[in-house]
Amino acid sequence: MLINGVKIDDTFAEAFNMRGTRVIITAQNLKWAYHAANAMTGFATSVIGCGVEAGIERELNIDETPDGRPGLSILMFAMGSKVLMQQLETRMGQCILTCPTAAAFAGIESDDRINLGKNLRFFGDGYQTSKLFSNANGVTKRYWRIPVMDGEFLCEETTGMVRAIGGGNFLILATSQVAALAAAEAAIEAMKLIPNVIMPFPGGVVRSGSKVGSKYITMFASTNDAFCPTLKGVTNTELSPEIESVMEIVIDGLNFEDIAESMRVGIQAICDLGAASGVKRISAGNYGGKLGPHHFKLYEIMGKQAS
Amino acid sequence: MNALTFTLKEPLKFSLNCQLLNPTHLADKSSSDIANMLLNYGNSQCRIDEIFEISGDDAQNILFKNSCDKLDYLGANMASGKMVIEGDAGAYLAYNLKKGEIHCKGNTLAYAACNMVNGLLTINGNTGDFLGGASAGLRKGMRGGTVIIKGNAGDRAGDQMRRGLILIEGNAGDYCASRMIAGTIGVLGKVGEYACFNMKRGTLLLTTRPKLHATIHDCGCHTLPFLNLMFKSFAQFKTKFSNIETQRAQRFVGDAACSGNGEILLILPAE
Repeated sequence: MLINGVKIDDTFAEAFNMRGTRVIITAQNLKWAYHAANAMTGFATSVIGCGVEAGIERELNIDETPDGRPGLSILMFAMGSKVLMQQLETRMGQCILTCPTAAAFAGIESDDRINLGKNLRFFGDGYQTSKLFSNANGVTKRYWRIPVMDGEFLCEETTGMVRAIGGGNFLILATSQVAALAAAEAAIEAMKLIPNVIMPFPGGVVRSGSKVGSKYITMFASTNDAFCPTLKGVTNTELSPEIESVMEIVIDGLNFEDIAESMRVGIQAICDLGAASGVKRISAGNYGGKLGPHHFKLYEIMGKQAS
Repeated sequence: MNALTFTLKEPLKFSLNCQLLNPTHLADKSSSDIANMLLNYGNSQCRIDEIFEISGDDAQNILFKNSCDKLDYLGANMASGKMVIEGDAGAYLAYNLKKGEIHCKGNTLAYAACNMVNGLLTINGNTGDFLGGASAGLRKGMRGGTVIIKGNAGDRAGDQMRRGLILIEGNAGDYCASRMIAGTIGVLGKVGEYACFNMKRGTLLLTTRPKLHATIHDCGCHTLPFLNLMFKSFAQFKTKFSNIETQRAQRFVGDAACSGNGEILLILPAE
């Protein structure tokens, strides 16, 4: 398939089941909401080494937040509920509780609940107080007010946890590193507008895509040599001679449809740059379809844009 | 279906225990069954149709007309439906209310919302002492739900209150929030002396500073973001409290006489 001169491979991205949650962070202004959110989603690029994959989903207006202050929504994903609970609690305690004026609220409703402020309240050393507020639908929620040095830290007791999907991806193959990165940036800008997804790596982009296994027995993942341009002559390469750089964009999301849509708009943004920009191919990472139950087929996703 | 209506035939001489006249108890009962039911009247019993004219058939919507303050225990133990009282009510209105709505358009005597568990009680007029309190022998009063008083409340509003919300748009008497365990009480008017006496926890929201006793400590003025959340949650009740928009409050904590950690939040104008 060719779109505006960019070749789309007949392949698919292979993704996995995860557990996800959303947290709303508010603060006195957006600047401090970003400080809190950036700290909370820092070192959360891959479950391989970080436990969770997390990112800022979008900015929230004052009429979208529970306390009427500027805020951000954060999505956080992990391979299991236990890890997600543990990581959320740790990050809440070290990144949100500590951040001036920040408050935290549930961003998703589900029967599965995980702790937000339920245990953090003990930081209040007996001076913490809880309040139950109900909305017009009769839904009652508990909030904790924990006295801290800047005033009070306000935090909802729990947030919802839902089934999610992690590992949607596509690869950008370009004739230069500059071209690959420019295309990745264009894709990320477009993908940020899609709800329910995050791109957890730095700037949303990964340069170190991995394959399963290694020649070293202690390593369960190692560099994806088939896509490393400097190894073209020594490995079973996937790259044609003119490709000098490959970038990957990984997507985690709350559902299949939004991940597919984010891939579509991202790839389309790259294709809109045209082959003249240096981008020659779009591919995707998979493990032969044997490991992940969710397959994002590039032809199906980009079908309507084919030329 | 029309609301099941009880119209008082003539003024009562003694107190009438009306705890059987609620949607939960009257569900699936025929008109004749209801008419034949016996209520405690003074130190004797009498049939319902001797006291009320009965009309309508929707037991989930009960209406009292010509009611007076001799009608005790209206809405007691109610677990569903809606009750409207066109007139005054006696003591123990909404006693142990579990679910549903009660709207009294007149005044009530003492112990309204006593032992209340959940639901909504609205009183357009004034109410007596021990609003949301505990019945004799119990150590916990109101345990949930919402009470809105458009008029004034008597002494000891929220005494031993354990959970829930009481919003008083008028004044409250002495010992408001006494022995309060948790929950929230708001008073838009004035409160009497000894507010928060022996208060353990909970919040008393005020707009005018009362005379406080020595064991309630001033903790200064603060911006509290949770106030925004709280006032937004009041919007569903159509009360003047939902018009408040400030996040500024002066915080008093006590009662230190019982190592209490309750608070008075004196609402301040927005900055």
